[in-house]
Order: sequence, then C-alpha cells, then structure tokens
Amino acid sequence: MELFLAALGLLAATAALMAACSLFPHAPRMARFSCVAGPAGVMAACVCGLAAACLGPWDATAACTLPWGLPFGSGRLELDALGRVFLLPVFGLGAVCAWSGGISMGHEPAGEHNLPAHWLFYTLLVLALALVMAARDAVLFLLAWELMSLSPFFLIEFNDSEPSVRDASWVYLVAAHLGAVVLLGLFALLWQAGGSSAFFGGLDASPALRSLIFILALIGFGAKAGIAPMHVWLPEAHPAAPSHVSALLSGAMINAGLYGIIRVLTLLGPLAEAPAWWGWTLLLLGLSTALCGILKASAQSNLKRLLAYSSVENMGIMLMGCGAGLVGLHLNMPVIALMGFAACLMHMLNHAAFKGLLFLCAGEVLHAVHTVRLDLLGGLQKRMPLVGALFAIGAASIICLPPFNGFMGEFLLAVALASGVSAQGMENQLGLLLSLVGLALVSGLAAATFAKAYGMAFLGEPRTGAASSPHAPALSGLLPLFVPAAACCGMGLAAPQIFSALTTALPLPVSMPAELADGVRGNLALAAAVGAAAALLTLAVVLLRRRLLAGATQRHITWGCGYQKGTARIQYTEASFSEPQAEVFARVMGVQVRTHMDRGYFPARASLDVSAPDRLRSRLYAPLFDIIRRVCDACKIIQSGRIHLYILYMLATLLALLLWGFAA
Amino acid sequence: MSAFATYCCSLIAALVLAPLLPGIINRVKAKYAGRQGKPVLQLYYDLAKLLRKGAVISETTTWVFAAGPTLSLATTAVALLLLPLGGAASPLAFQGDFLLAAYILGLGRFFLILAALDTGSAFEGMGASREAAYSALAEPVIFLCFLCLAGLGSAEQMPMSLSLSSMFAGAPALAWTGSRPEVFLLPLVIFLLLLVENCRIPIDDPNTHLELTMIHEVMILDHSGPDLAFIHYAAALKLWFFSALLAGILVPSVCADPLAQAGLNILAILAVAVAVGVTESVMARVRLFRISHLLGGAGMLAALSLILTLMR
Amino acid sequence: MSLLLQIAIVLLLLGNLAMLAARRLEPRITLVALQGALLAALLLLAPHNGGHLLHSLLLAAAIIAIKAVSFPLLLRRTLRKVSFTPHAVSASKDHKFAVLAGMAGLIFSLWLETRLPLAQALYPPLLFPAALTTLFAGLIMVVGRNRALGQVMGYLVAENGIFLLSMPLMVESSTWFELSLLLDVFVAVFVMGIAINHINETFESIDVGRFCSLRD
Repeated sequence: MELFLAALGLLAATAALMAACSLFPHAPRMARFSCVAGPAGVMAACVCGLAAACLGPWDATAACTLPWGLPFGSGRLELDALGRVFLLPVFGLGAVCAWSGGISMGHEPAGEHNLPAHWLFYTLLVLALALVMAARDAVLFLLAWELMSLSPFFLIEFNDSEPSVRDASWVYLVAAHLGAVVLLGLFALLWQAGGSSAFFGGLDASPALRSLIFILALIGFGAKAGIAPMHVWLPEAHPAAPSHVSALLSGAMINAGLYGIIRVLTLLGPLAEAPAWWGWTLLLLGLSTALCGILKASAQSNLKRLLAYSSVENMGIMLMGCGAGLVGLHLNMPVIALMGFAACLMHMLNHAAFKGLLFLCAGEVLHAVHTVRLDLLGGLQKRMPLVGALFAIGAASIICLPPFNGFMGEFLLAVALASGVSAQGMENQLGLLLSLVGLALVSGLAAATFAKAYGMAFLGEPRTGAASSPHAPALSGLLPLFVPAAACCGMGLAAPQIFSALTTALPLPVSMPAELADGVRGNLALAAAVGAAAALLTLAVVLLRRRLLAGATQRHITWGCGYQKGTARIQYTEASFSEPQAEVFARVMGVQVRTHMDRGYFPARASLDVSAPDRLRSRLYAPLFDIIRRVCDACKIIQSGRIHLYILYMLATLLALLLWGFAA
Repeated sequence: MSAFATYCCSLIAALVLAPLLPGIINRVKAKYAGRQGKPVLQLYYDLAKLLRKGAVISETTTWVFAAGPTLSLATTAVALLLLPLGGAASPLAFQGDFLLAAYILGLGRFFLILAALDTGSAFEGMGASREAAYSALAEPVIFLCFLCLAGLGSAEQMPMSLSLSSMFAGAPALAWTGSRPEVFLLPLVIFLLLLVENCRIPIDDPNTHLELTMIHEVMILDHSGPDLAFIHYAAALKLWFFSALLAGILVPSVCADPLAQAGLNILAILAVAVAVGVTESVMARVRLFRISHLLGGAGMLAALSLILTLMR
Repeated sequence: MSLLLQIAIVLLLLGNLAMLAARRLEPRITLVALQGALLAALLLLAPHNGGHLLHSLLLAAAIIAIKAVSFPLLLRRTLRKVSFTPHAVSASKDHKFAVLAGMAGLIFSLWLETRLPLAQALYPPLLFPAALTTLFAGLIMVVGRNRALGQVMGYLVAENGIFLLSMPLMVESSTWFELSLLLDVFVAVFVMGIAINHINETFESIDVGRFCSLRD
C-alpha cells in the first residue's frame, strides 16, 4: 500500500510541477522541460504503482484512508485482487504511452501547443484512473471518475485548430457526462440501500431495486466502456487525440467502465443468486457490441478510426466473458463461470497490450507520413520495417492467432461457451453455443479487418508520394513500442501462469474446486505449447526454404497477368478489399458510396468516395438531441428578460406553494 | 499395435499420400470429360521439380511474401497433428483443441492473404479480399459442425467431448443409424466446407484462365519455386485435413485391428477425393455473390442439426 | 420403424426450410408435392393406438392423391396460365429473413414442447415441434410472399401442419372429419385458383401489392 501511495504522491507532484510550468506556455525551454520531466515523473510513478500491484500475494488486500475534508464520504482506498488486475494496464500502459509521447511531443513546435498543460492532464488522467480502481467510497469514486472523464477532454483537444477535433472532444464530453449523470443516480440508490457511502457487499435491497441498479450500471459504465448503442464517442475521439493518448484511452480508460460493471456486480450480493437475465443480457449485449464494432471497423478507411471501432469489438468480447461467467454461476456450472470471468479479465489485459501497441504504431505512421488514411498509404513495410513488424505482431495478437496473447483470452471464452453443451435445458445450451458461433464470426471478420489494415498500410506499393518517402523514425523513438510487443508474445506463452494469478481476482464464490482451475490451466499450457511448436516448425521451414533457395532467386517486377505497365494506382484499395463483406452485411456496415462523374463523352474528372459514417449518431442521437433542443427552446418562452415578470413568477410560485400546503 | 503407433502410421500416411488427392480429383474429372488426364502422381512430380528450382520474387515484396507459404505449410501440418487420424486419438488432444485447430489454420490463411497483398498486384488483392471475406463467413459454419458433434459426444457421456479426437472418432457414423438421423446432415455441410476451404468448383475454379474469377489461385500468382511447392503441399494437406474430418464422421470403428481401421479411414479419404472430383464434374461454378447464400444455407443445415442434437 | 419416422420428420423440417429459402415458384410447388407424400409416409409410420390399418392406408392414399398429385398439378397449371415471367425471382432479402424466421419458429416449438407435458405424452419424439414448425412455415409464407400463388402454397403448408398436429388425436371417427377438412381445402384452393385467374386478368399480375390501388 505504501508503494501505491508513493505512486499517487509522485503523480500528484508531477501534476503540480506541470501546472506550474503551464503558466509559461510559450517558453520553448519550458516546453522541452515538460516533455522530459512530465513523462519521467509519470513513468517513475507507474513503476511504483506496478510494483504495488504485482508484489505480494495476489489474494491479500491492503487498505488505508486518505485525509478527508468533506462532511460526507471518506477517503477510503483499498487494493484487492480485482482492483490490482485493472491497475496493471493503467500503470503499464501509462508508462509506455508517457515514454512514447515524451519522444513524439518533443518534436512539436513549442509555440503552437501548451505542452506542460498536456502533460498535466495526462498525469491527472493516470492519477484518476488509479484512484478509480482503488476507491472504496462512493464520493471518492465519483470525484475520481469525474477527474478521469474530464482530463481526456483536454488531451483529445490537443490539435484544437481543427474543427473535427473540436467536434470529437465535445462528443466525448457529452457522452462522458451523460454517463456520469446515470452513475450519480446509481450511487444514490446504492447509498440509500446500504446506508453509507462506503462500498461493501451484501446490501439490503429488493430484487427490483437490485435489477434497477444493474441496469443503471450497465448504462452509466457502458457509456465509458463503449458498449453498442453508446459507443459513438469512441470512433470520434480516438482519431482526433494524439496517438499515445488514444493508446491510453483505449487500453486503460475504457476498462474503467468494465471495472465499474464488475465492481457493482460484486456489491449487489452473492452473484449465484443474481437473476438469469443479467447474465444473458451481458452476453447478448457483448455479442452485439462485438459484431457491430468489428463490422464498422472493417468498413473504415482511417486507421485510427478502425482501431477505435476494434476497441468497441474487444470490449464486447470482454463483456461476453463477464456474461458467460454470470450465466455459468446461474446454471451452477463452475467451469463456465471460472473460464468466463477469467476470459474477461485476461482479454482485458491482452487488449491493453495489443491495442496500445497498434495505436502507438499508428502514431508512428502518422508522424512519418502525416496521414493514417489507408487509401493514401502502402509500402511502408519496406520503408519503415520495424514499425511494420511491430504492427504485424499487434495485428496477429488482436485477431487471436496462436501463439500470441489474444488467442489465450478468446480460447478461454470460447471453451467456456462451448462447455454449454452439457448445460441443463435446451434454451441455455443453445444460447451459449450460438454465442460461440457469433464469436467465431467476429473473429473471422476481425482477421479480414486487420488483413486490410496491415495490408493496405504497410504492404504493396505506396499509393502516394508521401507514403513513398516517409520520415523513418529513429530506433530510440521506437523503444517504447517494444514493451507492449514483448507483452503480446510473452503473455501468450505465459498464459497458464497469468490464468492462475487471475483466478484469485475473479468475482466468484470461494467454493471453486481446485482441480477445475488445474484442468483449465493444463489446457492453456497445451495450447501455448502447440502454438510454440507451430512457431518452431515455421522456423524449420524458413531454414529449409533458405537452403533450397541458396543463391537462386531473381528480383523482378510483380506479375501483372501480361500487363507490364502497372502503377500503384491499380492496386486493390481498402474500400474494394472490404467490398465482399459490405455486400453481405450492408445494413450494419452502412457503407456509403458517392461517385461524381462527368456525363460527357470524354469525362475529364471522376471521383469515388467510400465512407462508413456511424448511423447511430446521425439517425438516433442527432434526432434525439434535436428534440431535446426543441423542447428547451420551447421553454424559453418564459424567459422574457423583464424583471417584473420574474417577480411575478416568484409570487405565483409562492401562492401555489401556499395553496398546496393548505390543501395537504 | 498400440494406438500411438497407429496414429504415427496414419500421420506418416497423411504426409506422404496427401498430394495424391488432387491427382485423384483431376483424374476423375478427366474421366468424366472423356479425357485420359494427367497422371495421378502429377503433384509429386510438380513438387519435386519446384523444390529444385530457384524463385523469381517481386521487387515490391518484403519478408511477408516469404512468410506466407512457410507459415501456411507449418500451420496446416500442426493443425493436422491435432486431428484424430485413422481412428486413433491425437496424442495432443485436450478440451477445446478444435478452437486451436481452427485458429491455427487461420494463422496460415492470414499470412497467405498478407503475402498476396504484399505483391501490390490488383489481381492478387482481389483474391485476398475474397478469401478474407468468404473464410470469415465459413468460420461460424465450421464451429456449428464442431459444436453439433460436441453435443453428440456430451449426450453420449464421452469424456473430453470438446476435443477433436472424441468428435471425429467414428461415433457419429453409428449415431445416425440409431435414432439421430439429423446427424446425417453434418457430412453434407462438412463436404460443402471442404469445397469452400479448399477452393473447389462450385465456389472457386482452380483451373480457369481468367484471374478475375478466381479466389485462391489468383492469390499465389507471384509465388514460384519452393514457395509454390510449399503452397501446393499445404493445400494438399488441408484437403487431407477436411477429408479426414469427413472420414472421421462417416467411418464407424468396426475393425478390431487398429491398422485395418486406419486403412479403412485412408480408403474413405480417397473416396472423398473421388466424390470431390464427381462434384466438380457435374456442377458449374456459382456466381461470387451466391457464395454467401450457399454458406448461409450450410449454416442453417448445421444449425438445424445442432438444435435437433441438443433436443434429444 | 422409429428410425424411419425420425428420418421422415427431419426430411419434413428440411423441406420446410427449403420451401422458405426457395426463390422461385416452380421448385416450391415440387416441394409442396414432396411434403404431401411425406405426410402420407408419416401417417403410416406413426405409432397407431387402436386405429385400423385399413383406414390409415385409405387416408394415406387420399392424401397422396390430393396433396401430392392434384394440388401440385393444379398449382402448376395456374402458374403456367398466370405467369408472364415464369422465372420471376423475388428479392433475396425476404428469403434470408424467411429462413431465419423459420429457424426461430423451430426453436420456439422445441421450447414449447419441453413446456407441454401433454405433447410429450401424446406425440412421438420431434413430431410435435415438426408439425408446429410446418404450421409456422406456412404462415410465414402467407405473410412474406407477395404473389398470390405463394400465399396459396402457404395456406397448404399451414394446413399440412394442422393435419400433423391432429394426427395422434385421430381415432376412427375423426378420419372422416379429416377427409372433410381435406375437401374443404380442396375447394378453397379451387376457388383460389379461379380467384387468382381473375386477379391476374384484372391487374395483369398476381402481385398482391397491386391491391393497394383499390384503396380510395
């Protein structure tokens, strides 16, 4: 606990230092200082925090109380296994992104941006995330939550000269605060039912109230996590934010939503007694989020937007794990419960690793080519080989290919769902098994999506001049990226050990048979071994190929089926790559094709524009907010601006109240 | 003879005999068309020739281009290792190995797609795009089949019902003659999946002269020499993999001698190749946008089979 | 016997799905004919409790004559008469949803069977859900098709479902009741055939969407 407090203290000190620096925004020396001191402080704090989260036995719980000046609530902090699991990506990714961000922000011209302020809010975000995971009091939690929701607004708005960035940050702010309103209601209800603002299990509430709290948690925390109908802010915010911020938001901040849902579930009493529909709701919501996310991702042409939608997909997979766990508890099948919850947490850790890596790689591409539009890239593997290889590792992990880490989480989830064959009742069996079939579709589509993302950005011929001569990043700038890349490879092979560590963190009743976890662990070890064997066999085939080909290769241009004058422009583009899917899933993907063509016999200009805007935003939220605006406008009638009218209102109110009082 | 020894014999037979399957298919097609046809051993000659040759590699490409064929070969071989062969369980069998097999095949396919995109050719991009889309659609259908067999195993109280070795150990062959006629739909679905995954005729035509209409063959236009040999051999192994799935469902374990049982399974696999040849001869290629309908229909059949299996 | 019965039931379910998936009227008529034949087979294969074999045989023969031979012939004749475009294909979107709705109907009827102890006692395994699914498939066809002929086939299939549902309840006397029901439908289809002819002559199509023009 001391280490954790030290981490918090370091973060607070860094924030204070940055706040002081940000008073002199235009001094170049200050900017350079902040880009060194800010990341250094955050990294030191994160190392402290990681030590606090990892050291010591997993099932031990440490607690302390911060000095607290408010009349209600308390400053109670506690580190339990669940909170520590969620702290791992916060501190791990916090350090990596700070390192990478420090390097890339160092190149920004000092006069344009207030760099110390950027690092101030970055530090505050990490601090708030750490507090959210450790807070054991509703008031402290909400304060930390608010800080965590506000600081990304300033981080996203880094390039505030662009209108799209301003729009994105406002969308983010609105979404975050609508969620926060729901959370206020949720904690008020919890407070009422529990009698104090402290978090503790086993509260005294009727089933209906519990269900209401569950729904509020799903909406309030779901808005942060990016669950299906509430995900609209994600694809706007991530492309707008600087890449190291997107990486942190996507790998660590949206996890806070998931954390909230699991934490509230544990507060709502013994999970085995939860109604069946909670689990099914989470499972189906997760599946539809995953499907919707990956289909939208495969339609995107902006690499960072694609990654943002893929975060939605992965959040859906995590939610499916949580739902499968609840369903397993309800069906009294501990094997499903164990693997479901473990899959949820494991996929969360894995997602932090590969999504952080992918966003940082996208940042390097943006830095080198000044665009992340897939239709303007190409051929970067040849020109930036290291970034390309790192992106390939991330892509192979995110589409769950063995032996990388993504596979292990999805494997657990899939086996949990497949264990539904021995469940009682046909509807339960079918529900679990058909969810697995949906998961298979999701992973197939994810493979197609990331084949497109990697293939279009890094392979083939460069489609534009900028892509053909990128400013290749120096090796020192890429060092931070090796950390998540190593995690992607290492966590795949160490999956059995990670699983054992996670089993203590699961929100499960204690009576879990030990041989069950051992069996799952054995399966994971075998899967990792077979994956490693595949890697070794590949190595053997590579050596064989090298021997067979010794000195007998020629270089020639690509075979163009008889046409020798091919240019980079005749390559398949990203839109044409995803066209077969867009035809099958037209309704969900919502691809819009706009063509402009001269109608004459010798058309001078023709253009084709393929885009996939989020129709939830334009069809659901825009009309909804329009209605609200109109209602508010209508209410403006009473706002005439004349003072005597206002006094009349007061008088009328007073009279009405008096009458009401007498009548009652 | 122990089960392990039988398994090893079957594995060696699979690795050696796999290139025979395309030969058989071609011979059946030739007979159907009234031609003499290529020798049955043609692929062996081709492989021997290609392995001795050098390679012409496009200037556009990077290491990804070379990784495609190698990974494709290695992963198909590893996937084959997870399958029960010749009626004997795989020594690697564990609960949920069907997922590993499916994803490891996906690994090879992913890098083959990337290798196609690496050349920067319009045609190969076309093939890559189609392969990615249709394999994504085929994935849930495969899972439906696996789950149906798992349901069957679980209903019959088999240990490790979630492993390929219990799904394809010959139990379904006897189950459908019992009171489970719905299980008979599975071989049909798996046969269709075999055609999709191995790019055979109603889905894809490996012999057409128009690159515009192909899926798999157009992806490998630029590979030559040992690379092409790896791809051909991996494709043959994949064909063996799916034929062994079919054989695992259709061939009951009737022989007391494990070696005779293994021989029976191999015969069944060769018979599947003949069936593929006949199908290719009597059917025309469907239009591309109908492939998704075909897969949807197969998915419906598999879902029906799954529902009825769970029902009992 | 029970294996044959089960095979027939699975074939019936497959036929229903195929009918919902069929894009043209011609193969759907063939499927309706096959379903009629299957119905007769089911009647003979189902366990009889106390019923007379002769009656079953007679009824089966009547079913084959009416449902497998004369209705399809009638339908085919009507189709030939009315169709300007014999291979008209309706939009594929409807079919996807029709097949999915059929699957949903199947799952629902399976679930219903587990909730109805009466059904489990009365029907051989799977017959009840298969019958209910047939009824649903018929109704889906009535709702989902916009050509009058398709709707007629939907009624026929729905009637097949009702027939299957009533099969175990059939004792000797109700055989005649069933026969009269068959006659009813026969007359209904006959009238339909004439009506379709008239619709066709009036609207130059059998697309029921055109009825909208009757609105004032």
